[in-house]
Amino acid sequence: MKRVDPQPLAKMATGIGGFDELSGGGLPRNRTTLVMGGPGSGKTVFSLQILANAARQRDESGIFVAFEERGHEVIANAATFDWGLPALAEHPIYILDAHLSPTVIQSGDFDLSGILAILKAKKEQMNARWVVFDGIDVLLTLLQDPILEMREIYRIRDWLADSALTAIITAKLDRQTVQGTNYGFMQFMVDCVIRFDRRLEYGVPAHRLQITKYRGSDFASGEFSLSFGPSGIEVAPPEPPQIIHEASTERVSAGFARFDAMLGGGVFRGSSTLITGAPGTSKTTLIGKFAEAACQRGERTLFVSFDEGADQITRNLSSVGIDLHPHLQSGVLCMYSGRTEARSAEEHLIKLRTLIRDHQPRCMVIDPLSAMAKAGGIGAARAVANRLIHLMKDSKITVVISALIEGSDPQAEATDLQISTIADTWIHLSYVVRSGERNRALTIVKSRGTWHSNQVRELVLSETGPMLTDVYSAGGEVLMGTLRWEKEAEELAKQTQRRVEFERKQRDLEFATAETQARIKALERDLQRQQAELALYTLDGEARALSSSEREEQLRRMRSADRVIDTDPAVIPPPPDPVTPGDACGAGIRKRTREAQ
Amino acid sequence: MHRQRTVKPADPTAIAAVRMMRLYVVGGAPNSVQALANLERICQQHLQGPYQLEIVDVLEQPLRALADGVIVTPSLIKQSPLPVTQVVGNLSDPGQVLLALGLPGNSP
Repeated sequence: MKRVDPQPLAKMATGIGGFDELSGGGLPRNRTTLVMGGPGSGKTVFSLQILANAARQRDESGIFVAFEERGHEVIANAATFDWGLPALAEHPIYILDAHLSPTVIQSGDFDLSGILAILKAKKEQMNARWVVFDGIDVLLTLLQDPILEMREIYRIRDWLADSALTAIITAKLDRQTVQGTNYGFMQFMVDCVIRFDRRLEYGVPAHRLQITKYRGSDFASGEFSLSFGPSGIEVAPPEPPQIIHEASTERVSAGFARFDAMLGGGVFRGSSTLITGAPGTSKTTLIGKFAEAACQRGERTLFVSFDEGADQITRNLSSVGIDLHPHLQSGVLCMYSGRTEARSAEEHLIKLRTLIRDHQPRCMVIDPLSAMAKAGGIGAARAVANRLIHLMKDSKITVVISALIEGSDPQAEATDLQISTIADTWIHLSYVVRSGERNRALTIVKSRGTWHSNQVRELVLSETGPMLTDVYSAGGEVLMGTLRWEKEAEELAKQTQRRVEFERKQRDLEFATAETQARIKALERDLQRQQAELALYTLDGEARALSSSEREEQLRRMRSADRVIDTDPAVIPPPPDPVTPGDACGAGIRKRTREAQ
Repeated sequence: MHRQRTVKPADPTAIAAVRMMRLYVVGGAPNSVQALANLERICQQHLQGPYQLEIVDVLEQPLRALADGVIVTPSLIKQSPLPVTQVVGNLSDPGQVLLALGLPGNSP
């Protein structure tokens, strides 16, 4: 037996999402891979999908040897996938119908050298690179002799080793006997073994895949989930061991201004925010507000809801002033509503991965993530939630997730999905029941790398959206609801009273000032009058003094009494006016006084 | 190895009932050699009338074998008289072969 092994190990990409990452590049080139699994675990789909991918992506042709089904059945079954197999059939994918008719009579031993000769001819004819033996056990069990079956399998191996074909052999695996029914030895013979498993986990079917052997290559050895989508199998690849996330310092609005202020200016771009709370604490409203704000900034947004229809959510949100319809129509917003009952968390993850790939969102909301744990058990859901958050961080998506908590103590209950530890910001919504009321309270439990308010705030829903009320505290408690309203009213009354008092005081003071000013003016007038009077009085005195001396002179002259020198009578002055000078002076004073007034 | 072997009938009236068979073999593979030997012995012992046996070597004519729907070797196809029947294996069980050929099985 001579091997045509290129060194180092070359691989053929399978084109199956996630699998090439697991296997470090695909299946070993020109070697044989054994695919084992129970019924319905996906062996045939896996093999056929690889052939279809190789044909479509690299124009490599392959032969599918169907021992179990008729050729046309294989094509019909695969028509549900979007590979376009009917168009590929015949060329580049040749489906060899190796299904032995039940009417065939068996007499004695047979071997596979005939079909191998046929395959060789066909391979050369179409230059095939791949070959799949699907369900070879169906044929070999007719030999009814394990030794002979083994001989035929070794015949196939030798043929493959010489034929430079990358081969896949599928074999059935019994759930009870992990080693496989009769083909345990095949695991030692081939270069790569992939084990498929389909089992029920908490009543939900879970598909798993595990690479148990890969000669000459590294591989991810864990068990990985796979799901069947329109493109066939998708495998959830392992998360890289090292966390490489770019930390942005850009702030993104969490929805509305007061909320942003509480968070020290919003959440960081690419961060994850967890909103926990009991039913009805308006988690969805907060999430909707964030989504709307993102859409209004023109950022592509993905709205994932579980167990509540998209239509219902948009209607409900519009009642609190959050209108998502225009963003849905413009295509900025994509909404997806998943049903959690029948699907495992893994399948949801794969679906979300596809949605993220297709919509390329910058912001994303999930409401509520805790619904993922409904089906399939909490362990799986935890792992999925963890991977989901890392996936979004890797994609630099700013995400807000809600999670349902039945109780009121976040510390005790939020660890259900254990996402609180990996979320960057954790906001807890609760009810505060006091004085016969149930009010919503918002608390920031943590917010990494940023200042944030430590205040418990009351969250109120109005027609214009959610809002945070002013803080009133009394006796070390934040007042909410009616108590807050009363306090507000009380504050308002007090304020009004203070204002009225102030205004009255102001008026009083204004009056007093005006009065004082008036008095000052009156006094000034008195002063002026008095000054004027004083001046006039002084003038009058002088005038009187002057006139009396003149009169004395006149009188003397009239009497000619004190004439010292002879005086000519002709120069005697005429007699005075009938008006006495004293009267004249008095009139003059009166007149001046009147002017002063 | 592509041979045609026709055994001429002693009675010319039996020509209408000529039995046509085709045996697919792979070179000198043990099962194929065995099948050929077994078939010849069965024909000698049990076939009264004329028959035509074509032996097709899959190594030489693989695409023909593919077209004929042969999967495993050795494989014997009885083409006439109808219905067409197929026997796989080295024909070590004469009873099954006779059944396939539509002949009454003689107890050995």
